[in-house]
Amino acid sequence: MAESSTAVPPEQRQRTARVLAAASQQELAELWHSWPQKPQVEYLRGPESGLVMVQGRVGGTGDRFNLGEATVTRATVTLNAEGEESTGTAYVLGSYPEHAGLAAIFDALLNSSQRKRAMAEIITVLEQRQNTREAARRADARSTVVDFFTVARENDGGEGDQDE
Amino acid sequence: MYVAVKGGEKAIANAHALLAQRGSGQEDSGESAAQERIASRQLRGQMGVLVSRVMNEGSLYDPNLAAKALLQAQGDVLEAVTLLRSYRTTLPRFGATVALDTGALPPERRISATFKDLPGGQQLGATFDYTHRLLAERLQVSEIPKDTEEEDDAAPGTMPRITDLLGHGSLVEPDHPEDWADEDPGDLTREPTTFPMTRPERLQALARGDEGFLLSLGYSTQRGFGNTHPFAGEVRVGEVEVLFEPAEIGYEVPIGRIEITECQMVNQFVGSAEKPPQFTRGYGLSFGRAERKAMSMALVDRALRSEEFGERRISPAQDEEFVISHADNVQAAGFVEHLKLPHYVDFQAELVLLRQLNAEFEGSEDAG
Repeated sequence: MAESSTAVPPEQRQRTARVLAAASQQELAELWHSWPQKPQVEYLRGPESGLVMVQGRVGGTGDRFNLGEATVTRATVTLNAEGEESTGTAYVLGSYPEHAGLAAIFDALLNSSQRKRAMAEIITVLEQRQNTREAARRADARSTVVDFFTVARENDGGEGDQDE
Repeated sequence: MYVAVKGGEKAIANAHALLAQRGSGQEDSGESAAQERIASRQLRGQMGVLVSRVMNEGSLYDPNLAAKALLQAQGDVLEAVTLLRSYRTTLPRFGATVALDTGALPPERRISATFKDLPGGQQLGATFDYTHRLLAERLQVSEIPKDTEEEDDAAPGTMPRITDLLGHGSLVEPDHPEDWADEDPGDLTREPTTFPMTRPERLQALARGDEGFLLSLGYSTQRGFGNTHPFAGEVRVGEVEVLFEPAEIGYEVPIGRIEITECQMVNQFVGSAEKPPQFTRGYGLSFGRAERKAMSMALVDRALRSEEFGERRISPAQDEEFVISHADNVQAAGFVEHLKLPHYVDFQAELVLLRQLNAEFEGSEDAG
């Protein structure tokens, strides 16, 4: 009934879904553990496993083709706290029912009056960790940038674009 | 013809128990073996390339399941692939993802054999290239030195696909014509295989095809059996975000990341009365770290486009039906290996016929 009058805009939800999907199951479990005054959780659906067909594009931007499937787990929950009801849904790659369940719970919190707190204490915290990890991985990758130089004479004819 | 047999339950159960024992490592290491079983987590972390291969040919991205399948199969890749293929049939499909944007996230590895100076640079990433291929006494993990000299270039996130860069000069054939409907691709797991296939259907078949088979076919094109003069325009390995649009949400949301390997082959040019000469292309895309697979796939993809470019079809790699019908190793292994199942009735019939022919032969000799 209280399916939010304050609908979260898509780009906000995309951001939080990204962060919740990228978190580890353990991180989510710890954050949920330390969340005070937990609302009642009711699973409307799942967590249940299934598949998505991953599509690519020929050449990167051409026709779509089916690359292969990937496992995905989804869950939908309803939270009940002092008369306030909110629902949340999560889809997470892999076969981690607990991960999807927790992500759905946090999604429901983000759809409730607790949104502000959930953003500050869950999403921002996770996002910062993910950014740090990402930056470190990126730095490692960037350390392998190579500058080859050609030993043989390069393009005798100058800067022409026709190699023969 | 195969005629079924029955019985042998006890022997079969014992054979499976023996199989489990052979895979337990007990013979090697004695009584402490129970503690030494490899965890699938270890396999996933330390044999990532093997896990990728199982995911590709099993056509299912799930490193945990692939690692488990490999352990159960005692390292038999095709058995593990078969396990994944059967497992997937037990799950419902929620839908298709938004097509991956392979250029969106900065890759771990991105090299080009054709362009030395490209935006973002040549980034080797984790690669076996340039290793000395010497067997090490002991595996070591060395620290990656932190680069203190300079912080990265201005726009760190961007590593455009090389083919997109070339495309602007129109020296390379575009990914799609200007009037283009972006049609839904056919799905080989849902529809019967018919020839000729569309290129998207072919790519699906190649993506799940046997790496060894595609490698050999790709190699054959290089040696002259359907020469296409390939250059590795770009090889890219890294994570990409997967977006999915659940009906109940109504718009696409990120559901996680997967690691992929992409190869853009740039091949000899083709021109016509209507079009100026352009480089043609072959494309390879695979799950995980699977560079050889992606490269082979790209070579074979290009070879299979011979008809499109009016090239003479004279080599196996150019024959769509031959390539696609024999690329699937679950089908191939099934048909080859069924030969070892009891064919007693079948063989008996041959035996009777042969005896009869022999008797007739001897009879005619006696008469003569």
